[in-house]
Amino acid sequence: MTDVLFIEQALNGLQFGLMLFLLAAGLTIVFGVMDMINLAHGSLYMVGAFLAAWLTALSGSFWIGVAGAVLLTALFGMALEVTLLRTLYARDHLSQVLATFALILILNDGVKMVFGTDLPLSAPAALDGPVPLPLGLVYPAWRLLIIGVGLALALLLWVLVQKTRVGALVRAGASNREMSSAMGVDVARLFTLVFGLGAALCAVAGSLLGPLLAVQVGMGENILILAFVVIVIGGIGSIRGALIGSLLVGAVDTLGRTLLQHGLREALPPQWASAAGPALASIAVYVLMAGVLVWRPQGLFPVR
Amino acid sequence: MSALLDVRGLNKRFGGLVVTDQLSLQVQAGEVHALIGPNGAGKTTLVAQLAGQLASDSGTVHFDGHDITKLVAHQRARRGLLRSFQITRLFKSLSVRENMAFAVQASQGRSFAAWAPVRRDTPLFEQAQAVLERIGLAAKADASIEQLSHGERRALEVGLTLAGRPRLVLLDEPMAGMGAQESDAMAALIASLRRDCAVLLIEHDVDAVFRLADTVSVLVNGAIIASGRPDAVRGDPAVIAAYLGEPEDAA
Amino acid sequence: MTINRWLHLAVLAAAIALPWALRAFGAEFYLSVASKILVFAIAATSLNLLLGYGGMVSLGHAAFVGLGAYASGVLLSEGVTSSGVHGLVTVAITGIAALAIGAISLRTRGVYFIMITLAFAQMLFYLANSIKGYGGDEGLTVRTRMLLPFGIDLRQPDSFYFVALAVLAAVLLLLSRFAASRFGRAVQALRDDELRAEALGLPTFACKLVVFVAAGVLAGIAGALSVNLQGYVSPNALHWTQSGTLLVMVILGGAGTLWGGVAGAAALLLLQELLAARTEHWEFWTGWVLLAVVLFARRGLAGLFARRST
Repeated sequence: MTDVLFIEQALNGLQFGLMLFLLAAGLTIVFGVMDMINLAHGSLYMVGAFLAAWLTALSGSFWIGVAGAVLLTALFGMALEVTLLRTLYARDHLSQVLATFALILILNDGVKMVFGTDLPLSAPAALDGPVPLPLGLVYPAWRLLIIGVGLALALLLWVLVQKTRVGALVRAGASNREMSSAMGVDVARLFTLVFGLGAALCAVAGSLLGPLLAVQVGMGENILILAFVVIVIGGIGSIRGALIGSLLVGAVDTLGRTLLQHGLREALPPQWASAAGPALASIAVYVLMAGVLVWRPQGLFPVR
Repeated sequence: MSALLDVRGLNKRFGGLVVTDQLSLQVQAGEVHALIGPNGAGKTTLVAQLAGQLASDSGTVHFDGHDITKLVAHQRARRGLLRSFQITRLFKSLSVRENMAFAVQASQGRSFAAWAPVRRDTPLFEQAQAVLERIGLAAKADASIEQLSHGERRALEVGLTLAGRPRLVLLDEPMAGMGAQESDAMAALIASLRRDCAVLLIEHDVDAVFRLADTVSVLVNGAIIASGRPDAVRGDPAVIAAYLGEPEDAA
Repeated sequence: MTINRWLHLAVLAAAIALPWALRAFGAEFYLSVASKILVFAIAATSLNLLLGYGGMVSLGHAAFVGLGAYASGVLLSEGVTSSGVHGLVTVAITGIAALAIGAISLRTRGVYFIMITLAFAQMLFYLANSIKGYGGDEGLTVRTRMLLPFGIDLRQPDSFYFVALAVLAAVLLLLSRFAASRFGRAVQALRDDELRAEALGLPTFACKLVVFVAAGVLAGIAGALSVNLQGYVSPNALHWTQSGTLLVMVILGGAGTLWGGVAGAAALLLLQELLAARTEHWEFWTGWVLLAVVLFARRGLAGLFARRST
């Protein structure tokens, strides 16, 4: 395989990993601070994508669409937290799994009723084309933007969590919930805020990935599982873990697909190689998670 | 005479913290052996290692002549080495009788029988009833756990270890949270165990310990600093300095 | 106790009489729905064993159902129809898979166990997706069915129904004997307090593994029946959302009760039938029902009727 192709795949992996990070960051905080398994997190990603598509069509501007989607999804997320999810914090994990699974069913059909099964969403025309990069590589501008936004948000999150008071509260909450609450932190309001932030990040990912993958009902399920894989690998409650985990998963998934396909093409008849490659790459991510769980059950960067 | 429980050179550390430090200990058959020491001395970690729930870093444990260092909790229990817990752990969905019957069943092995109803196993329940009578809970056999008082729960907690006719029981603060009357009852029970099995007793109540025990070992910072008859230990200057404070006036 | 036994016999009698009753009301079509309920009841009961009795929350149980379905489906597409071979192969494949997956997964606990069972299920899902020779992502269609002794033809709705009913009855009998046995008591104790049970001498890992494998094999049997009912199996049968559906059935019906799997499967599938007839958004309403059950009726349907056992 050529160097150019390798770099291109590496960039794809980086791009996918960073978007995965936006989902995983929200998920790991909710899990780490509130000890809640939220299967509906992927549905927030879907809602964000649909809102972006709808608002873009309405306003004629992609950026207004994204901004609106982020705001509305954050509000929706906070409303969800205040009404329903709050009652689940005290319940056992199984109840949380079932209740948020129910939410997936409701939101999937709900979105279908309001918007239909899918909506078109395209990147703004100015960013639709390829961009020439060094080494003779030509890479889609949109994917470059995603990488840029992803890195910027990762940095922003790092600043928020490490350098601000709210971030300190979140970190404290992730490592010891009772203590934080005992120290007089308005835990309820903190939780709502945290949840809203997670929802906003989902909406960003949904809006940016919408032009690449389709905006359709059910798009949340598969990426949700990957997000869970990421936070298990990275360590529940750790944003740093979520970033490393996302990049790892993004790399294994993307590079795995092409590398394996190339490698297998040497060894197997073509129709097997083209099927086995993607399958093995998908499996590789889960093998990675299973391996981490058995070797280092708390994840790579445990918080507690 | 070789000891029933022979622990030599046991070591355990968590990261940089040494919790068990070249610990050696012998418990003879038929004796009540008390283990005392200040908070943080490593008593609970030691019990966990002796019971087989926590793997030691190095050292050996011999029980009844056999090397059990590599055996895990359920294997040690089957050989007659059982422990009770400082914080009561009972089976909440089972009645008192069923708790005890399960303890008997677990000591026997043969838990994979999946067809015959356990209710029909008369010998099992007879053995359970006998132990319940021993610990004074026979009248409450059909009660649920939540109907028991704290003292009764502690009694059952200790009682479960006796179900399978053990050789040595590790009792982790059996009198925790008990009033004077309940403590006396528990002390009487422990004293009566001498004829059937050895007892390694972890307890904070130093007076009760000195009344009850045949041998006292003092654990400080993960190591045994003194071990012997209660009077000898009580007067040992190292023990007094580390744990008991100023010596009492001679009685 | 005898009241219980009479109740069970009454339910069994009603189930046996169902085909005739349906025919009398000209509602023969519903026999296939009833058969589907029976198959799902077996699958849900296997999860009930794992979750309700064993206390192990798995988000990957559907993978064993799918594995059994593919085992039988592949055999059929290769022209093997002997039910003996189907039974043996299904049990062997799902048993070995459950043994391997269980041996690894049971080293973890709580949410990590949920995630690792999910991981293994997804691996099997992607594997099923990629086997081009047997349908790949489009699924596998089979024209034949397995042949049972005495010339029983599974293509006949009545025949399939009674075979599935017999299997379900056998499974429930085994479950009830298990629950009352020494092993059942051991599993109940380790569900209450695993550490204590182990400290008393119970080999808890081995116990959990046996339950995990048994549940996996029973799920595989349900899968084999399902491919013989529908003539089709797709990788979606292994997807984690299918595991979620099974979970819903068990909770709806009452985890840890004998009829929990049956009640839940019947309730959910009938609910879906009812809703699908009126609206295409039956998932929406199903979600609300499930939410209500989780929030308000914590012990599920069977829990509403069960007496507290001493």
